[in-house]
Amino acid sequence: MLYNDPFSALSALQRALESRISSGWMSTGTSGAGGYPPINIFQQGDDYVAIIELPGIDRSKLNIEAKGNTVRLHGSKTPDLPKEASVHRRERSFGAFDRIISLPVPINVEQIRAEYRDGILALSLPPAESAKPRTIKIS
Amino acid sequence: MEQELKVQQKREVENSRESTIPARSFIPPTDVFENEQSLIVVMEVPGIQRDQVDVRVENNVLTVEGRLDQSKYNGLQPVYTEYNIGNYARSFQLSSQIDQNGIKAELTDGVMTLTLPKAETAKARRIKINQ
Repeated sequence: MLYNDPFSALSALQRALESRISSGWMSTGTSGAGGYPPINIFQQGDDYVAIIELPGIDRSKLNIEAKGNTVRLHGSKTPDLPKEASVHRRERSFGAFDRIISLPVPINVEQIRAEYRDGILALSLPPAESAKPRTIKIS
Repeated sequence: MEQELKVQQKREVENSRESTIPARSFIPPTDVFENEQSLIVVMEVPGIQRDQVDVRVENNVLTVEGRLDQSKYNGLQPVYTEYNIGNYARSFQLSSQIDQNGIKAELTDGVMTLTLPKAETAKARRIKINQ
């Protein structure tokens, strides 16, 4: 999909995301939709890309483990409250989380890349060689 | 024992002023604290970069806007989604006078911390009696 026009681009992207909200694609996961953190999964060529909103996480408290066709994210988000301040409003939530992303294909675990920037965790999940399509020649 | 984190559904901005761009904006979850010197506003704006944030105080209203750079999503085809993305916008009516020039903003890992120092007039509340 191309997003050429900068003014309609965001709107088009939002509609595309909306149309895939909780599609059955990941339904086999042990912790399905609704868990924290919220996950979006995209396809980029052969690879899957999981984009996860995790603002304000201490990198040392975020654990990512991968096995077979699953990626487990667990850790905790701890509050960093200013000292000696009175509270007007508390809307952010804190605590522990544990979620498993279950892809429909096995992942090449060695090739997973994780990047955490601006509060967004991006996981690049290439499928295992065995799961890649093979061209079949007709003899 | 830590509490379990739950997903907070994103709240959409409901504004009387309509934006010219037909995209949806969201309200960032926000904590507000106050100490003797300042108001501290902490907002979660994942995906927003430093140069895409606009913070201003006009007529005692604090307005924060964050524009999302959606170009990172170019070439990505959504297959499964649980959240939508968009710009962030939020305004607060401030209860104290703020020293506009002293406002500090920090953005780390998608969390923006605004420190709004109270204006001297708001701190002292000294009333002069005219002769």
